[in-house]
Amino acid sequence: MEYFLELFFSGLTRGSIYALIALGYTMVYGIIGLINFAHGEIYMIGAFTALICATVLTIWGLPPLAVLGLSAFAAIIWSAAYGLTVERIAYRPLRHAPRLSPLISAIGMSIFLQNYVLLAQTADFVSFPALIPDFAWLEPYRSIIGSSDLVILLTTAVVMLLLTILIKGTKIGRAMRATAQDREMALLLGIDVNLVISVTFVIGSALAAIGGVLIASHIGQINFAIGFLAGIKAFTAAVLGGIGSVPGAVLGSLLLGWTESFATGYISSDYEDVFAFALLVLILIFRPSGILGRHHNQKV
Amino acid sequence: MVWKNQRIQVFVLLTGLFCGSFGLANAAEPIRLGVAGAHSGDLASYGLPSLNAARLVVKEVNARGGVLGRPIEILAEDDVCKPEIAINTATKLISEKVDIVIGHICSGATKATLGIYNDAKLVVISPSATNPELTQSGRYPNFFRTIAADDAQARQEVDFAIKTLKLKKLAVLHDKGDYGKGLAEFAKGFIEKSGAAEVVLYEGVTPGAVDYSAVVQKIKRSGADGVIFGGYHPEASKVVSQMRKKGMKTVFISDDGVKDDTFIKVAGQYAEGVYASGPKDTSTNPLTKAAILAHQKEYGSEPGAFFLNAYAATLAAVNAIDKAGSTDFAALVKALREQTVETPLGAIRFDESGDAIGVGFSMYVVRGGVYQEVL
Amino acid sequence: MWAELKKGAAVAVWFMFLTLPIMVVKVNPIEQTVVWRWANLVWLGAAVFVLTVVGRYCSRHRTELSAFWPDAHPLLAHPQLKRFLLIVLALLATLFPLFFSSYQINIMTTALMYAVLGLGLNIVVGLAGLLDLGYVAFYAVGAYSYALLNYHFGLGFWAALPIGGLLAAIFGVLLGFPVLRLRGDYLAIVTLGFGEIIRLILENWNDFSFGPSGIAGIPRPGLFGLTLSVDDAIMYIYYLVLLLGLITIFVVNRLRDSRIGRAWIALREDEIACQAMGIDKTKTKLTAFALGASWAGMVGVLFAAKTTFVNPASFTFLESAIILSIVVLGGMGSTVGVVIGALVFILLPEYLRAFADYRMLLFGAIMVGVMVFRPQGIIGNPRRRSYPLPMAAADQEVGHE
Repeated sequence: MEYFLELFFSGLTRGSIYALIALGYTMVYGIIGLINFAHGEIYMIGAFTALICATVLTIWGLPPLAVLGLSAFAAIIWSAAYGLTVERIAYRPLRHAPRLSPLISAIGMSIFLQNYVLLAQTADFVSFPALIPDFAWLEPYRSIIGSSDLVILLTTAVVMLLLTILIKGTKIGRAMRATAQDREMALLLGIDVNLVISVTFVIGSALAAIGGVLIASHIGQINFAIGFLAGIKAFTAAVLGGIGSVPGAVLGSLLLGWTESFATGYISSDYEDVFAFALLVLILIFRPSGILGRHHNQKV
Repeated sequence: MVWKNQRIQVFVLLTGLFCGSFGLANAAEPIRLGVAGAHSGDLASYGLPSLNAARLVVKEVNARGGVLGRPIEILAEDDVCKPEIAINTATKLISEKVDIVIGHICSGATKATLGIYNDAKLVVISPSATNPELTQSGRYPNFFRTIAADDAQARQEVDFAIKTLKLKKLAVLHDKGDYGKGLAEFAKGFIEKSGAAEVVLYEGVTPGAVDYSAVVQKIKRSGADGVIFGGYHPEASKVVSQMRKKGMKTVFISDDGVKDDTFIKVAGQYAEGVYASGPKDTSTNPLTKAAILAHQKEYGSEPGAFFLNAYAATLAAVNAIDKAGSTDFAALVKALREQTVETPLGAIRFDESGDAIGVGFSMYVVRGGVYQEVL
Repeated sequence: MWAELKKGAAVAVWFMFLTLPIMVVKVNPIEQTVVWRWANLVWLGAAVFVLTVVGRYCSRHRTELSAFWPDAHPLLAHPQLKRFLLIVLALLATLFPLFFSSYQINIMTTALMYAVLGLGLNIVVGLAGLLDLGYVAFYAVGAYSYALLNYHFGLGFWAALPIGGLLAAIFGVLLGFPVLRLRGDYLAIVTLGFGEIIRLILENWNDFSFGPSGIAGIPRPGLFGLTLSVDDAIMYIYYLVLLLGLITIFVVNRLRDSRIGRAWIALREDEIACQAMGIDKTKTKLTAFALGASWAGMVGVLFAAKTTFVNPASFTFLESAIILSIVVLGGMGSTVGVVIGALVFILLPEYLRAFADYRMLLFGAIMVGVMVFRPQGIIGNPRRRSYPLPMAAADQEVGHE
């Protein structure tokens, strides 16, 4: 039973991280129907910004908690700025282009950003300072759940809550939903669609940055290529849950996290990714639009 | 074909004019040193340090006036560690008439290109390709390396675990890579053959995954008293950190890819007590100190993976050219096998199959934040 | 002009802010040291400023500048010119190896191989409109079938070539079945997953595929039992690939104008209308997958023969992305476009070697740039768009025809 719980929490941590990244995919997809392949890179840039900030601030002698807060804040600001810029340069000019063109542009952007960080920073793995403190009261349970796992779970839960409030309750949230349903109609209703799309990218990137900071301090090191695998997994999770659906992305991420963790625990980690993708194929066979995806009625 | 010759004529003519007009004393054509490896992409961190090493050696040699009175010129080519790109890299270097090659970095890329280099009669010295077949198959008389083969290292680790530490239940992990998995396969084989211990877990971890706790839980459940890990330090430090954070005191034994100070720095307190096999300690060797100092001065950072191996490889190459008196293939091979050269790895020369003699191996343990040799 | 300078300055300031942490600060978290590289910021700001001003100037005078890049279609439509161009091209392609070094021949061979891969993928993506992000799986199937058949049974290249194609086609059908009901991007992610599954199996199943260390010593293709030197073998493979390329172009063109080809295009445009017309959706989709995959399988066999070594590292997602990019960048559905796309995409990184470390950075930037300025691809085929056009645009299309 203890083993099961351990794996359960390990999957939950994994799933939470995937969820933070997957939300960016799913929101962007919901609004402009684009698989934003550069999203994983935004997550990586968030982690790097946090690393740089944390080190500089530590040298300047700030207390650890302030360092954590400020560097997370910086990561969010800069990731959002990158998201915004990427959208402006690589996607906005292609809004009326053939469907696959923005996809290729996104792949190009992903290659560009990876190599940009490689050149401007380093090719090596860099150790990431342990920003999250070890809680003494968690000591008895640490074989099941560590303090960074706990922080990841709590942060993810809070962020999800805020996001739901934003989407359901605010004016911009309503504008986002309207744009996702019918962009032209939203335009006719006087919604500034460009603004809505920009806001979507900003929110998605900020979430990815939070994910970046959390996972980097959980695992302790980063390099310029970490965005790729995390991005692919998060994208898989988003599709699993039904791309375009926010609760779907969370559900898909958790499901993916548990699949990987239980498959590793009870079968073999050699094929952990195979299980992840096999789950995706299986679910899509029975629910072709993902678990919570909207089923589009086809019209002729 | 005619055109090709004409181009060469024009080239010679122009070179002649150029040299003549400036009256350079150094009119000798440079010796071309090809450096091939991953210089971009996700494995760049294993290729770039070697390039830096070669540049440093060449800079120093050129400052002394070069070899055989000729300066050395570096032709760096990227192969992203992919066999199919490595083929292009190799043919490009051959087309550019290099005299000797330092590289490739990954065993796969090396394996794919050795045949081509062999046909072109080019000596290749790799700082990091550890696949045993490369030398042991006897297929590539042009291949040399300044790093020990996987099987030698695996043997060392297993002997240490079973004989010195008296471990009975071993978990063998790897990073699913060419190097790590190859090593783990050998380790598993040696353990099973020895009969003194058993392999209770044999698993690969996915490099770059966001979390390793599931695999760590599995190690815990397997009841292993020791882990042998094949792979590089980023994965090793993640696995060790998570093990220690979960309060596990299982012995952790790893390889050359982990016997790197970066590992200790990244894993911090969790690195304490980790064993790793690696080349004999040469940190007191003046050449090693000088090489690391030069890197710090030139690039403002600590050297990365395989830096010393590449430094040694380049020194061996320069020395062989010097002793052979030419860049002729047979003479170079002979010189590499017969002439001992002082390098940061110690005094080395190469055996018939191309493995370095004099690159000793020993086990290290992390004590007080540094690797100490286990005697 | 003043407005442009002001805009340029604003953009430069934005980018200076954007790149501030990553370009300027380099930290070493262990030693707790920081290097500030302010010079980078100045250079970047200046470069962005100049680029923006020049770029805006150009885009304002776009109509005059666009004369430099005429639409290729009217040119290619001219039958005599087309024939002349083809003859010149054929001559160039045939004589190419005689004048260039083996390195040049080698990268040209690679480019041609990707052209064939692109044409194969074009059947699936361009004609049938099924977005496939895991095309590399079939390439891997081909390469490994030659490598393994040769290793275990000593099978030669010529025997392996059709087997590789056939096996890949079977895998294509295997992939096709579960994804029949999926549409658009769901299909994309499942194919991506399929590609990754194949690679992971090759990486992990040591007893079958020898794992990450791969299979070495695969023989090059034979020529009536002659032993060829490496240089000759490179040239020989070049001609083989050229021949395969010509056959592919021929077959793909014939397929496109055949009954099944028209069914693919119809399926791409409107699935429901297709079914109403009595087209067998299952069969049509599966043949697209199978035929597309079989080319990848054959190129895979050639790949194994050319590199004489295979390991799973050659079959990553990036490879699928590059093949797809070739198709889209060249111009979806256009044969000439795909060939040009392959040449650009494969030769570009090789010639960018002069920029050493900046190679892949430029490559990514060029990908974005081409898409932004030529969204329809280098040789765009406006008639063959794969999405329903809004009314206004549709009217324009009619005007063109």
